[in-house]
Amino acid sequence: MIKRKNNALVPYLLSYPLLIIYLTFLTLFASQANVYAQEGDSGISTDPAIIAQGKTMFEENCRACHAVDRKVVGPALKEVYNRKDLAWITAFVQNSQKVIESGDQYAVDLYNEYNKTVMTPFPFLKDEDVAAIVAYIKDQTENAAVAEVAEGGEGAEVAAADEGSIPSNYLTAILVGLLIVLILILAVLGLIISVLTKYLREKKDLDEIDREVVEQKFGLEKVLKSPGFLGIVVFIFTAIVVKTIIDGLYTVGVQQGYAPTQPIAFSHEIHAGQYEIDCNYCHTGVTKSKNANIPSANICMNCHSAIKTESEEIKKIYAALDYDVATNQYGPNQKPIEWVRVHNLPDLAYFNHSQHVNVGGIECQTCHGPIEEMAVVRQYSNLTMGWCIDCHRKTDVNTVGNEYYDKLVELHDSKDALKVKDIGGLECSKCHY
Amino acid sequence: MKDNKKQYWKGLEELKNDPEFVKYADKEFPEYLPINNRSTEGDEAVGSSRRDFLKLMGFGVAAASLAACEAPIRKAIPYLNKPVDVDPGVANYYASAYVQGGDYCSVVVKTREGRPIKIEGNKLSKISQGGVSAQVEASVLSLYDDERLKHPYINGEKATWQDVDKEVIGKLNSVSGTGGKISIVSNTVLSPSTKAVVEEFKAKFSNVEHVIYDTYSALGIRKANEATFGKAIVPSYDFSKAQVIASFGADFLGTWISPIEFTKQYSKTRKISKGNAKMSRHYQFESNLSLTGANADYRSPTKPSQEGLAVAQLYNLIAAKAGVSGSAVKIDGVQHLEKAANDLWASRGKSLVVSGSNDSAVQAVVNGINQLLGNYGSTIDIDLPVNYRQGDDTQMNTFVESLKQGGVAAVIFLGSNPVYNHPKGGEIASALEKAKLKLSTASTMDETAALCDIVAPDHHYLESWNDASPRSGTYSLVQPVIRPLFDTRQAQESLLIWAGNNTEYYEYLRNYWNTNFYANQSSQIGFQSFWDKTLHDGIYEHKASVDTTDADDTVSSSDETVADISQAFAQIQKNYKADNTGIELALYQKVAIGDGSQANNPWLQEMPDPVTKATWDNYLTISQAMAAELGVAQKEGDTNLVNLTVGGQSYEVPVVIQPGQAKGTVGLALGYGRKNAGKVANEIGLDAYPFVTTLNGSISYNMSEGVTVEATGKSYQVARTQTHQTIMGRTILQEAYLPEYEKNPSAGRSFPKIATSTGKKSPYDVTLWKGHKYENHHWGLVVDLNSCTGCSACTISCQAENNVPVVGKEEVLNRREMHWIRIDRYYSSPEGASEYKDLEKAADNPEVTFQPMMCQHCNNAPCETVCPVAATTHSSEGLNQMTYNRCIGTRYCANNCPYKVRRFNWFKYHDNRQFADVNTSMNNNLGKMVLNPDVTVRSRGVMEKCSFCVQRIQAGKLEAKKEGRRPQDGEIDVACASSCPADALVFGDMNDPKSKISQMLKLDKTENGVKVGEERAYHVLEEISVKPNVSYLTKIRNKDVADKEA
Repeated sequence: MIKRKNNALVPYLLSYPLLIIYLTFLTLFASQANVYAQEGDSGISTDPAIIAQGKTMFEENCRACHAVDRKVVGPALKEVYNRKDLAWITAFVQNSQKVIESGDQYAVDLYNEYNKTVMTPFPFLKDEDVAAIVAYIKDQTENAAVAEVAEGGEGAEVAAADEGSIPSNYLTAILVGLLIVLILILAVLGLIISVLTKYLREKKDLDEIDREVVEQKFGLEKVLKSPGFLGIVVFIFTAIVVKTIIDGLYTVGVQQGYAPTQPIAFSHEIHAGQYEIDCNYCHTGVTKSKNANIPSANICMNCHSAIKTESEEIKKIYAALDYDVATNQYGPNQKPIEWVRVHNLPDLAYFNHSQHVNVGGIECQTCHGPIEEMAVVRQYSNLTMGWCIDCHRKTDVNTVGNEYYDKLVELHDSKDALKVKDIGGLECSKCHY
Repeated sequence: MKDNKKQYWKGLEELKNDPEFVKYADKEFPEYLPINNRSTEGDEAVGSSRRDFLKLMGFGVAAASLAACEAPIRKAIPYLNKPVDVDPGVANYYASAYVQGGDYCSVVVKTREGRPIKIEGNKLSKISQGGVSAQVEASVLSLYDDERLKHPYINGEKATWQDVDKEVIGKLNSVSGTGGKISIVSNTVLSPSTKAVVEEFKAKFSNVEHVIYDTYSALGIRKANEATFGKAIVPSYDFSKAQVIASFGADFLGTWISPIEFTKQYSKTRKISKGNAKMSRHYQFESNLSLTGANADYRSPTKPSQEGLAVAQLYNLIAAKAGVSGSAVKIDGVQHLEKAANDLWASRGKSLVVSGSNDSAVQAVVNGINQLLGNYGSTIDIDLPVNYRQGDDTQMNTFVESLKQGGVAAVIFLGSNPVYNHPKGGEIASALEKAKLKLSTASTMDETAALCDIVAPDHHYLESWNDASPRSGTYSLVQPVIRPLFDTRQAQESLLIWAGNNTEYYEYLRNYWNTNFYANQSSQIGFQSFWDKTLHDGIYEHKASVDTTDADDTVSSSDETVADISQAFAQIQKNYKADNTGIELALYQKVAIGDGSQANNPWLQEMPDPVTKATWDNYLTISQAMAAELGVAQKEGDTNLVNLTVGGQSYEVPVVIQPGQAKGTVGLALGYGRKNAGKVANEIGLDAYPFVTTLNGSISYNMSEGVTVEATGKSYQVARTQTHQTIMGRTILQEAYLPEYEKNPSAGRSFPKIATSTGKKSPYDVTLWKGHKYENHHWGLVVDLNSCTGCSACTISCQAENNVPVVGKEEVLNRREMHWIRIDRYYSSPEGASEYKDLEKAADNPEVTFQPMMCQHCNNAPCETVCPVAATTHSSEGLNQMTYNRCIGTRYCANNCPYKVRRFNWFKYHDNRQFADVNTSMNNNLGKMVLNPDVTVRSRGVMEKCSFCVQRIQAGKLEAKKEGRRPQDGEIDVACASSCPADALVFGDMNDPKSKISQMLKLDKTENGVKVGEERAYHVLEEISVKPNVSYLTKIRNKDVADKEA
């Protein structure tokens, strides 16, 4: 579906099908929620607003370790409301250790079953928050079938989206068609000329000059040697060479497409794509620092202390941390993991993630491409200054609700929205100091 | 056009219009630019040969093929376990305290990825009040000194701590068993818990003595206070309450007792505005022109041999007014002394007399004067003693005698280096072998440690837990901001282990605070919260103890009866002479190098001395008259060596002719001539500690007898920056005397006019330029010339913040120093002096003005228009931007800069063996840890200059944007302004009407642009209409107009 192209439009193109999928989801969920809206029982709400709220909280707090329909770090939460009542669930979520220590048999069994992995306490989740999450889980459990349908729908949409990109193929077809037509016309014209020549040759009443024209042989050699032709050829040749050289020079040091082999075969496709783990979960610095941060190994261990413990790749993390799976103990011989840097900005350029992600509200994919589809991370954008500047010229400043920009918006008298370039986004010292 | 008729000059070369000076003044860069062979001037090195050509070609080919290759693989190594508080790319700040001997400053340390990179002042401290000094700023580089000891030593061999402990405990036990004496020798210990540790050590071994000495003794004050008040203490002084200050040789703004604190206080009395045209008047009587003397309103050059008499005379004059009998000890002819007496008497109770003398007799008379003036209880608080100087010279002398006679069996040098910085260092060095155990906890192999059997290196203060009590009732915690870099151990912990107490010092400290301080306070509940609060704030004030001492006011604070000081007068009569004819030597400390303990810090070595503007050297300051007598000539960059004979020993020293040097005196700095400091400092300058003598029972830093100076005729180069970047006689300083200012707030201002076809106009009304529109921010800086003391803390702060390289003596001589902010020091002669003779006379004791000069961020910047590649451009926030990666090094901009603030990278100063020994912060992996990761390290061939700390501006703005608000005033501050102990620099957004800078300049937005309402504010070189964003406030001297004529 996606052809790699060297322009920043791809993400935009991409976002349309995604948007459609998302909208489809929303519609489906909304309609389903409406169907069950009246069925509220066992104190679990079916109000779509609460479910939506629960969804957000589930994704923020729970999804790292739990899924509804399958075991992740913790148990699958499908029908959890049937297994235990809401009060118990609330207590467990807020502080599972307390429940376990109280000697609750179910809790103790669960704890032992999951290798004595301590569930992070969520004391800040209030009773109604947990209720909302449970409402969401219930909604998910009961609508699993519908969701499957939705997934099918997704497939359909993807197909539809694929069709959406076909016009470029049409274009080629049209071009080829046109070319064929042109050649045909050329052939017809040639035919006419030869017929006419033949006819004229047979005519006797032609004067000298006309005869000469008719008798004239088409001299390919002559054309090739004519100064005009040579001039054109030399010009085209020089232009191509110069263009190639300039293009070549511009790509010196540009590592677009650079996808080095990493010491651990971490796949964004699985984590960000399949499991939809939020980028922030691992790249903790992205909203507060200039660096997005390559996650520290302890973040991996949040899940991988229990998941895929037998994998060769995961064992590399254990080796780095000197972690013993059997005893759950960390040893003293820890050795940092040396990842290969994919995105290398020169030292003279200052880039700050939080400015773009937190303040600017830019999606990771805008610069990093479809990272959720990359099994091996590659440098998606060319990261040249021209690329930065281009975006600063085109991008609207995310001014909504940010008091910092209020005065600037007020003073901005153009009809166009306030662009980054209008507030000094093209000035040298914004990035070079 | 010149409203101010004074003549200003930066050095005698300029005053005399020395041909050598004129030659350089016209040129931005010196003619001779040795690059290939920097130190020799041989012909062979000049010009290129065939071989060079081949080399270059080879390089070219190699470079081209390298460029074609893929970029090298770069690694990214994340934490395994990320600490909760550390986010790569986000700076953390920790409160701590700088403690070096008795010097103290409460600081906030900026760390990035767990390594300290910058020291800021702690605004919560009531002592340093957010101010720092050059030495404090530079201390972060000392942490990354590659010559710090990396492990303990036994007999010069690498050892483990177990071996050291075994060896030390064994020896201590055997010494103690035979009743041998154990001496712990240290400088002043500010830390109460360290004192407790020493007590614990004393309790364990029977015969332990703690000997304390100071590298610059203040015993005289303590002895005098014991005589006067029965308390051997140094009182706290409050210069902020003093309307008249008289100082006899006390360099209280530079080096005396607590200069940061005093500068903060003093500068408060120098802030002046239209509504409040009041400022302190400052008299200084001294022999060397000190930083403090340079700031004085009236300065009288006085010989050291006259100092006691001058103090006595002041006493007599004031006693006469008070109706008390004076003494027979007197001196006539000390300039301004009577005037000072009148002024002091007129503001009694709000005046202050201090003396830098270490002679208790002089200090006793000073106490007498302050009592007569009723200054106790207002400007001096005898009940609130400070702890900065606890050294006892007598005790130290006894120790040295005892060591010489073999009476000391074991000696532990607790971070002290007496072999170098004590006058009897030589004797200690030779007597040391008599001790059975010689141990040093120094963190470098200094002069003393090199003679010890065991060296148990201590942490740097940025790696340590500690506490400090600068004055009674005020406490600070010192916390580590980085893991110990080497296998060192905190000295206190070592002492505890040797004393058989295996508590970690951190635990010990907490316990100590729990028992001693937590119990006495009520604001925090629970020790942990008390501890956390103190650690967060960096300071803890024990209010009760501060208050109660005031209450049990038993001493004669308010008592007007003066203690009997006839004894003191007798001693003064005996020890001082009004008419000493011999040459006198006055030793002093430099603002940057101090006592020499941080001498191996290249930032400090290259910091131009505020007064002499010399770097990388020690030299004899002599008066013009003496220079003429000796036949010593001083030309641009060149000076002579003289033979200085002290006590029969001769030394060759370069001279610097110093205007303002008292006639018949010479000055020499302490802190140089280190032998074991490290690559940077070793063998630089002459060590002056052996010249220190004893007078009246305590150490004296003046020699009145047995000093001769002879010319040698040899020439020598002292790297001085004073005539670099000269002003070519333009009006860039604007100043007035206070009475003039009272009459007219814009007194001293120059209002240049330029002729146009429609008559004379202000240059700002005639312009080719369209001007800039600043919609968002408009950054500006105000420099108050009246507050700036010239201390140069800003220079070092800027150097740390902006990765400014150190270039070394050779390159300073080539006029290529790199400091982004320089402090220009101007001498000025009085009005009307136009004859050469008059000027010459004026140079004997000139007025001094300090002017910090950095990029002025002109709105019509001349540099921007001449850059052929647009590497320097104007931003929409008023900054003049410098883009290194665009610069091709034509240097047109520097040529066109009227302020001469642009610096060119003549060399690659980083990763270059040529500069490895001077620019340590960019040439070894350890030193590089100090670099600010947000600022590019510039390479050879590019221009650089002050950026208004654009990285701080960007970071501050981003922080505000993240929180969805406008930045608050004060949140974004440049490094120089944030470190200024005098608050002379104020940075802010001139678009924000509420900002301090807008209010200081009284900015008024009209339709025709912004009007500056403040009468004292001016731009340097207004006549060329470059419209800088840096404004200066005129210097006001508190002098009578009558004194204006020479």
